[in-house]
Amino acid sequence: MLMNLFKFKGGVKPPTNKTQSVTLPIAVAPIPSRLVVPLHQSIGGTPRPVVQAGDKVLKGQLIGEADGWISAAVHAPTSGTVLEVAMHTQPHPSGLDSLCVVIEPDGKDEWIARDLVDYKSMAPESVREKLQQSGVVGLGGAVFPTHGKLTASKTVPMDELVINGAECEPFITCDDLLMRERAEEVVRGIGIFRDLLQPKKVLIGIEDNKPEAAAAMRAAVEAVGEDFVVVQVPTLYPAGGAKQLIRVLTGKEVPASKRSTDLGVQCFNVATAYTAWRAIAQGEPVVSRLVTVTGNVGEPRNYEVLIGTPMDELLKLAHPHPDTDGIIMGGPMMGFLVPDRRVPVIKATNCLIAHDERLFPPKAPEMPCIRCGACARACPHELQPFEMYWFSRAKNFGKTQEYNIFDCIECGCCSFVCPSRIPLVQYFRFAKSEIWAREREKNAADQAKARFEFKQLREEREKAEKAEKLAKAAAAQAAKKAAEAAAAAAAPAESAAQPVAAEAAAPVTAPVPPAAAPATGDAEKAAKMATIEAAMARAKAQREAVQPKNTDNLTPEQQKAAADIEARRVAAHLIEPEPAQPAAPPDPKS
Amino acid sequence: MFAPAPFLLKDVSVSQVMIQVCVALIPGIAAYASLVGPAILVQLVIATLAALIAEALMLKVCRKPMALFLSDGSAIVTAWLIALTFPPLAPWWLIATGTAFAIVVAKHLYGGLGQNPFNPAMVAFAVCIVAFPALMSQWPSVGLQLGLIEQMNIILGWAPRVDALTGATPLDAMKTALKLGDGSFDVTTLLANQDIYGNFAGRGWEWVAAGYLLGGLWLWHRKLITWHVPVAFVASLSLISGALWIYNPSQFASPLFHLLSGGAMLGAFFIATDPVSGCTTPRGKLIFGAGCGLLAYIIRVFGGYPDGVAFAVLLMNLCAPVIDLLTQPPIFGMKDKA
Amino acid sequence: MEIALAIAIMALGAVVLGAALGFASIKFKVEGDPLVEKIEAILPQTQCGQCGYPGCRPYADAIANGEEINKCPPGGTEGVQRLADLLGREVKPLDAEEKPKQLAIIDENTCIGCTLCIQACPVDAIVGAAKQMHTIIAQQCTGCELCLPPCPVECIRMEVIQENIDNWKWKYPVVEIKAAPISASDTTGGSGGMKEAA
Repeated sequence: MLMNLFKFKGGVKPPTNKTQSVTLPIAVAPIPSRLVVPLHQSIGGTPRPVVQAGDKVLKGQLIGEADGWISAAVHAPTSGTVLEVAMHTQPHPSGLDSLCVVIEPDGKDEWIARDLVDYKSMAPESVREKLQQSGVVGLGGAVFPTHGKLTASKTVPMDELVINGAECEPFITCDDLLMRERAEEVVRGIGIFRDLLQPKKVLIGIEDNKPEAAAAMRAAVEAVGEDFVVVQVPTLYPAGGAKQLIRVLTGKEVPASKRSTDLGVQCFNVATAYTAWRAIAQGEPVVSRLVTVTGNVGEPRNYEVLIGTPMDELLKLAHPHPDTDGIIMGGPMMGFLVPDRRVPVIKATNCLIAHDERLFPPKAPEMPCIRCGACARACPHELQPFEMYWFSRAKNFGKTQEYNIFDCIECGCCSFVCPSRIPLVQYFRFAKSEIWAREREKNAADQAKARFEFKQLREEREKAEKAEKLAKAAAAQAAKKAAEAAAAAAAPAESAAQPVAAEAAAPVTAPVPPAAAPATGDAEKAAKMATIEAAMARAKAQREAVQPKNTDNLTPEQQKAAADIEARRVAAHLIEPEPAQPAAPPDPKS
Repeated sequence: MFAPAPFLLKDVSVSQVMIQVCVALIPGIAAYASLVGPAILVQLVIATLAALIAEALMLKVCRKPMALFLSDGSAIVTAWLIALTFPPLAPWWLIATGTAFAIVVAKHLYGGLGQNPFNPAMVAFAVCIVAFPALMSQWPSVGLQLGLIEQMNIILGWAPRVDALTGATPLDAMKTALKLGDGSFDVTTLLANQDIYGNFAGRGWEWVAAGYLLGGLWLWHRKLITWHVPVAFVASLSLISGALWIYNPSQFASPLFHLLSGGAMLGAFFIATDPVSGCTTPRGKLIFGAGCGLLAYIIRVFGGYPDGVAFAVLLMNLCAPVIDLLTQPPIFGMKDKA
Repeated sequence: MEIALAIAIMALGAVVLGAALGFASIKFKVEGDPLVEKIEAILPQTQCGQCGYPGCRPYADAIANGEEINKCPPGGTEGVQRLADLLGREVKPLDAEEKPKQLAIIDENTCIGCTLCIQACPVDAIVGAAKQMHTIIAQQCTGCELCLPPCPVECIRMEVIQENIDNWKWKYPVVEIKAAPISASDTTGGSGGMKEAA
């Protein structure tokens, strides 16, 4: 099938080093002595642990429950006993800890009851839910929950579904072997995605250095009776980047500011399709994945590995040479050296490379940038890396954003070609995470400011209310005194005013303001005044009696609840930040 | 011990880039040496030594790693460009001073490698032509064949600098003739009668230019330079000279003459393509190259100096940051909006 | 006559240029934030009062009226730097010790439920009722320490916020790279990184 392919600009051709690990078929790695399963393996919310130390679990049993829609469940990779739910070092460049479920296998590898369903009879929504509950995430490395990508844009028709079998990073061959050996299940998995997204066509992109995989996929497509098109794309790193592959196959360019569905295209990795099929058709959640073990080892090979297997145990299977001085997780272009050899294999682990100085010679010293522009010519996103480098280096983060730093996909092409050997990508990662941190700080500051201002407002209101009450009490007392002094026609007023005054004065402990005490010079005049005031006080007391007095004597909890409601209202611009609680009626005297 | 990703790096380095630039200069140097004698090789050695000494001194003052930066080759490229743009029989101290000025002031005082806003070699040329106008315009007449010893004596100052030794470059001759011209003078006849005026008929400057062209094409083939600057430079120089030539061929020389004389080819392929002081965006490079060609023509034909390439490049260096800022290419996925 | 012509030309020039300037000042008017707003945007909004003013806004007002810019410890040296850049003033060393970002924690066993800290908290980050244990909403705590002095049983302590996988940042690249691997894609949160299609 002839197809018009497009090109993306830039790209590099590092030595592929793929042949070493494709000679042997996929092997199933033995169950390790201990499994450490991190709960947070995918982008989005951290799953909540649903087991505790001492629990017996079966293979495929839920151990971490998805938290929110963009989050995917985590399952026990084999049957055994939960030893602990505790913090352990993560396969993450930071080397920090995160919550993990530690399982001691019982060796039986006993599956939990699997329900085999025909997904064609399921509603699309429940297929997505099933994928989430099975922990299906993008296995190309991004580990974005797959169900979150299976909704087409409401306004843009789905034109193409791109399936990524390009596998452009050197050394990695797990997708290659998967397509060679398990092509049919991959194709059936693609069928699920196709049914959910309803694209006009399905394109499977495979780099032209994997003819066996392409042939196997073509045969499988035919065997299953689908109309998917297997396309061999030129080998050029990073042709396997989702955006690059979409560009090559469809000519569409997805900028950082848009989702690919907005352009009517979506992209999944072949391994993701495979796990989706296993999850939907066989009821098997994601508890293992294919991992290429290569580099400085005697027997490079692909293994099917349980999630949570310690990396050193896995590496041993391939007989690493004794001068191995580290493990790279991922490929040599975007991977990282794991902080500790015992960290577990996770869903994002597609490759382990035994590191040594022969394969990866130590880097020559960094030189100043000579603006040669090699990085700009190599950048697949057509950025100006050397400009971003100047500004990242100077910590001028605003400028880095003007040069579109967030469009950088950190593919490493710029660092690869730099004659000055500047770790450009490293500078961009630094700048990005600083920008994110600043954004977080800014948000926190804004929130703190809003809360502070609201608290001040509330305190002022409370003060005003208190003062008002004081004034009332004073008025009542004055009225009483005046009434006593004028003792004539004030009898009904007095009888009414007294209880009111008593009631109003009860919570008030502060002394009566001196201004409230009227001069009682002219008795007649005073009596008249007192009558008026007493009447007003009475009226107010009546009104107050029917008003719910919910602003007095609140518990701090209630105050907070009210404050929260207020804050939300203010935040939602429903009201002006004014006291919205029923305030005491206006006092003509105050 | 461990570097961050990517763990694989292409086998390239600054010194490799610089060495290749030097290699690309060799055909031009060979043609030049056969034209004016071995003096030019002596000048290259003097300039190289001066550059390395100045560089080492400045690295020490700036406390930068000596071995790393001294071996990067950038000082040698600057030195060679100076030796090739100065008159071949210029006294040794002029070359040495020029080179030291380029390295110390134009390069290191601005922050060293990669930080200089102006092309150091062109700064040296401009400073020296302003400071020593007479010495900077004494070009040996091509017919004059001196041996190495005689040339050395002149360069080192042991022999008197006789006026008879010096001839005129084609550009000089042209300009002088035009200035003296009383109307009876005709460029065409002038050019037709002389070997040196670039008609590929004998020992002339055109061979030097061809050598630079060859080296430049090799640099382009090696992807060390892009086509933008040389093409824009040559195109703009050809266009303006061609237009005036068509308008009045008796007063203005042909585009071919302008392309093959003076520093045009050296400038187009080796000086204006300096990435540090030039433009970096594709469109910016086109504007930069075109500006250099245009200004070089204006200065060399209407200005007071025999050749305009140095000043043209310096003036465009000034504009480079703004040009870059205004010609940022659209990025992946944002092309319709740009 | 000539003088009159010269004056006329100059006058005409003045009128034209003046009109152009006037037009530009209307057409390109910058609706700039008042200075105080800009200063306040730089201040960290902890409302801690360590500057001697009852909150960030009053300090911003004071700075606009000439108060020193180095009195905000939570803002740190960077805050001083940014204020100096904004105001064109000299950078001064911070007038106090710079502390890492902290979080108040109530020892819930010792707390007697006096509500004093609740009243002291400028951002309502403490919840609880009289005679009942109080607790701090961690996300809203600004680490201002204002709750420490009123507590009669000293059950509140400040804890430095530790680095975790969520707030971890890539470090500034250094030429001398140590064995600790600093590289590559974030497995949990790197939204900007290239990933093969998932």
